[in-house]
Amino acid sequence: MQEIYEWFRWLNEATGINLTIVYDSYDRERMIDGFVNTIYLSLVCLGFSVIIGIVGAWLQGSPLKWTRRLVNGYIQLFRNTPPLVQMYFFFFALGSLMPRVENEWGIMEPILSNWHWAILSLSFFAGSFNVEIFRSGIEAVPKATVEAAEALGYNRLQTYVYVVLPLALRVCLPALNNNLVNLVKTTTLAYAIAVPEMLYVANQIWSDSLNVPEMMTFLLFAYVLLVGLLVMVMNKWERSMRLPGFGA
Amino acid sequence: MPSSSNAAAARHADANWTPDQPIVAIRNVHKSFGDFEVLRGITFDVMKGDVICIIGASGSGKSTLLRCINALVPIDSGSIKVEGQEVHQPNLNTLALRKKVGMVFQQFNLFPHKTALQNIMMAPVQVLKQDKDAVRERARRLLAKVRLEGKEDAYPGELSGGQQQRVAIARSLAMNPDVMLFDEVTSALDPETVNEVLLTIRELAEEGMTCMLVTHEMGFAREVADHMYFTDRGIIVEHGPPQEFFANPKDERTKAFLGQIL
Ligand SMILES: Nc1ncnc2c1ncn2[C@@H]1O[C@H](COP(=O)(O)OP(=O)(O)OP(=O)(O)O)[C@@H](O)[C@H]1O
Ligand SMILES: [Mg+2]
Repeated sequence: MQEIYEWFRWLNEATGINLTIVYDSYDRERMIDGFVNTIYLSLVCLGFSVIIGIVGAWLQGSPLKWTRRLVNGYIQLFRNTPPLVQMYFFFFALGSLMPRVENEWGIMEPILSNWHWAILSLSFFAGSFNVEIFRSGIEAVPKATVEAAEALGYNRLQTYVYVVLPLALRVCLPALNNNLVNLVKTTTLAYAIAVPEMLYVANQIWSDSLNVPEMMTFLLFAYVLLVGLLVMVMNKWERSMRLPGFGA
Repeated sequence: MPSSSNAAAARHADANWTPDQPIVAIRNVHKSFGDFEVLRGITFDVMKGDVICIIGASGSGKSTLLRCINALVPIDSGSIKVEGQEVHQPNLNTLALRKKVGMVFQQFNLFPHKTALQNIMMAPVQVLKQDKDAVRERARRLLAKVRLEGKEDAYPGELSGGQQQRVAIARSLAMNPDVMLFDEVTSALDPETVNEVLLTIRELAEEGMTCMLVTHEMGFAREVADHMYFTDRGIIVEHGPPQEFFANPKDERTKAFLGQIL
């Protein structure tokens, strides 16, 4: 390890390529935290956005007109506005309406932190796309298959959970993949409300060490790695879900 | 097991019904899709253990009639009772009805993401909450009954049409229905596999299962049916025991129809 650090120190002296995140322990820890935070933010939002997609698509098929309208309103709102504006709206507009509570050091602070708002806004942003993606999958499930479930005594929810969703998922996985990749990329917006994810940390580091090009390059490769990992896992999942004689 | 007490409760609701009364009683049923009246006053009874066959031209409302019996399609007026339970009432206990009435479709409609055995087990486990091991045991026996032992782990996409249809029959039987509805279950099959499915149905009929079949297999109908019904444009034009029905049709429309397909 020590030799690697020394090499990067030498690299800086010899060429001016200054990767403090390798040889400087303080920067290194900051960047590891940022990396972990980005993964954490991505996974949590991924989970919530998929849940929003599944529940939203279910509510969209509701017999109640107002439930359907509400879901459609949500989709329109979140699909047709920039995610950065959404994040600011959540953090500054909704955040200012939230009550404040005393924290463990006796300081008043909002009950929802910037982390919470980032998770909320990113999940609802990606969730709005997921609802539409799941709906397209649901529409591809033959009506006759649903009818067979009904004839066996399944109610609407049971039919959705046990028959429609597993089949719809197989149809919409490619589109879902795309949207989740998009979500991982969009987590960088949390930078705007000071969530210490990778971009935010990189910014701090380059302010201190004046190594903007190096950090930018590093960021690019870090995201290639993250997105590549996600795509690999999703493709593996897609393959394992493939059925003989069903779908493409 | 919770399911058996459910079943008892469901039976209890129709306590007035006794097996000597019609198991399915259809009275003056009307049904329209938009302006088009598909069923124009259908009335008949099916007794327990009876096998009845419904024949008729395409579009005469045969499928619609079957689908009204298990409440997949609502009716406009009239009444349908299954074991005394009124099918078309606002607070219908749908599950109680669907447990009594099994249905097999022309296109099999198996669940493509589950194996043959799982297809049979799903509803008893997920809907009736029966014990999984007991259901698996029963599902294996049902698969054997439809002559598909060894196909437990095959997905529907890996089975022939005739095999899929027999899994579909087993899936329906796993709910222990009292009446089975068959809607042209051999129409989508290759000629070679038609007979294996008909054999399965014949065995069911011989065991005393109440069956209502819509079919174009006249030879089969003649053999298994206790009673034939001929529908034309939403009404029953003629009915009777098969010998008489086929040998001696009275109505001109029946004659014309039989003349066409026999
Ligand atoms: N859900 C529906 N909406 C509108 N029209 C329908 C619907 N279901 C059936 N129909 C119409 O009702 C008529 C009777 O249909 P049905 O399927 O009951 O006939 P069938 O006797 O089973 O015919 P086939 O022998 O072709 O199966 C047809 O003209 C059909 O187009
Ligand atoms: Mg039909």
